Amino acid sequence: MVDKKNILRVKVSNSIGINVDKCYQCGKCSAGCPVSGNMDFTSSVMMRMIQIGEEIIDKQILRSQTIWVCISCGICLSRCPMEIDIPEIIDYLRQCSLEKKMQNKKSERNIIPFHYSFLNSIKYTGRIYEIGVAVEYKLRTFNFFQDLSLAFYMFIKGKLPLFPNIIKNRKHLSFFFKKYKK
Amino acid sequence: MTQIGFFPGCSLKGTSSEYAQSIFTLSKMVGINLVEIEDWNCCGASTVHNINNKLSVTLPARILTLAKQQKLTEIVAPCAACYNRLCIAQHQLKINKFLRNQLFETFQICIDNNISILNIIQYIEKYIFEKIKEKIIYFFKYPVVCYYGCLLVRPHKILNFDRLEDPQSMDNLMKKIGALPIDWAYKTECCGGGFSVSRTDIVVKLCGEIIKDAINKGAEAIIVACPMCQSNLDTRRSCINNYLHKKTNIPVIYITQAIGLAIGIKKKDLGFKKLFVKPTFI
Ligand code: SF4
Ligand code: SF4
Repeated sequence: MVDKKNILRVKVSNSIGINVDKCYQCGKCSAGCPVSGNMDFTSSVMMRMIQIGEEIIDKQILRSQTIWVCISCGICLSRCPMEIDIPEIIDYLRQCSLEKKMQNKKSERNIIPFHYSFLNSIKYTGRIYEIGVAVEYKLRTFNFFQDLSLAFYMFIKGKLPLFPNIIKNRKHLSFFFKKYKK
Repeated sequence: MTQIGFFPGCSLKGTSSEYAQSIFTLSKMVGINLVEIEDWNCCGASTVHNINNKLSVTLPARILTLAKQQKLTEIVAPCAACYNRLCIAQHQLKINKFLRNQLFETFQICIDNNISILNIIQYIEKYIFEKIKEKIIYFFKYPVVCYYGCLLVRPHKILNFDRLEDPQSMDNLMKKIGALPIDWAYKTECCGGGFSVSRTDIVVKLCGEIIKDAINKGAEAIIVACPMCQSNLDTRRSCINNYLHKKTNIPVIYITQAIGLAIGIKKKDLGFKKLFVKPTFI
């Protein structure tokens, strides 16, 4: 007997208060989703998979590309007749997937390292230091040649500051990171 | 001189400095002093909520706390992503008493529920337009499409700005300066947002479709109000052209730049030099 408490269907309801059973599979969310074609299964299929409440299927969701290529554009929520907040569900699933170290292998090579490079820039300077984010992202992905000419033109146009813009009260900010352990 | 709080956000300090320049020039024309929130941090934009939900509320909440301490009752957030994150944080803390107490006890974060957060369109409507109406000398008489993107209009329940599927506010402003806004299908479609670096392929495809529809409908410029949309549609143009198998030269102009031109401000004071795709027709 599996512990029901650990099933995504129950966790989504307990942690973020969303009842996935309200979904009646109309498919409007997937129809409007700009990245349906890049997902391994679309948002409405994902909703059905969570409803089933089986551990094997849950793992499939947490390991999927679907939850990482979602851009959080909000179209699904705005069109869902049951007003189900899919972007919020997906935010939650991404965090579950990280906690359980089940990140999708493909997304681990691009989307996820970008998020971490971005987060670290905030952690160390309080703001986004574009060159810092780019360098860390390249180191994390070994993708050294990507966008070099774009960066060059942006620099020429004065769109790429050379030095970071560091905030004064960095202590306050690093305290957030310490508390949230990221 | 009226004083209004100003939250530039990271993009306006770097990759979209021309947007900031055009906003300051316009504001000066009407005698508004924009006061930058001191020691602001990044709001987390389109990224942090993906990996750390609590942090994605705490970061913008710190900004709102600073605004309160600096006695600002109204702030303008010209970047659509910042506007979006600030509004969501304010909403979350309004409805979630537990989180509000927790943030106060651990981080001394305490925000003002009534502080009003304006996006650039609301700011122009409320403070700029009335005062420059008489100053319009060069009518911007071009066919344009207004592109709103995601973050100004969604989630509608929280932002409560304009119409969800077919917003009109930018179109109305553009009409007032003489432009001919065209009805088109991609007003609130997504440009790919924060995937510019990590999934350029997705951004190029989504932007390609947006540009294709704009051109097919006969527009000569795309008018925007978000640095991320502008940067994806503009700086990624050579890849987008490859995707479309066609050389496109439709420029992507900030609404503040278009209004500035209409009242006779010089191109160089509106940061036109920094656009990748040159608006040659102007
Ligand atoms: S739009 Fe809502 S009800 Fe319809 S399939 Fe998607 S989640 Fe289910
Ligand atoms: S928020 Fe995510 S799942 Fe929903 S429509 Fe946008 S990309 Fe698709």
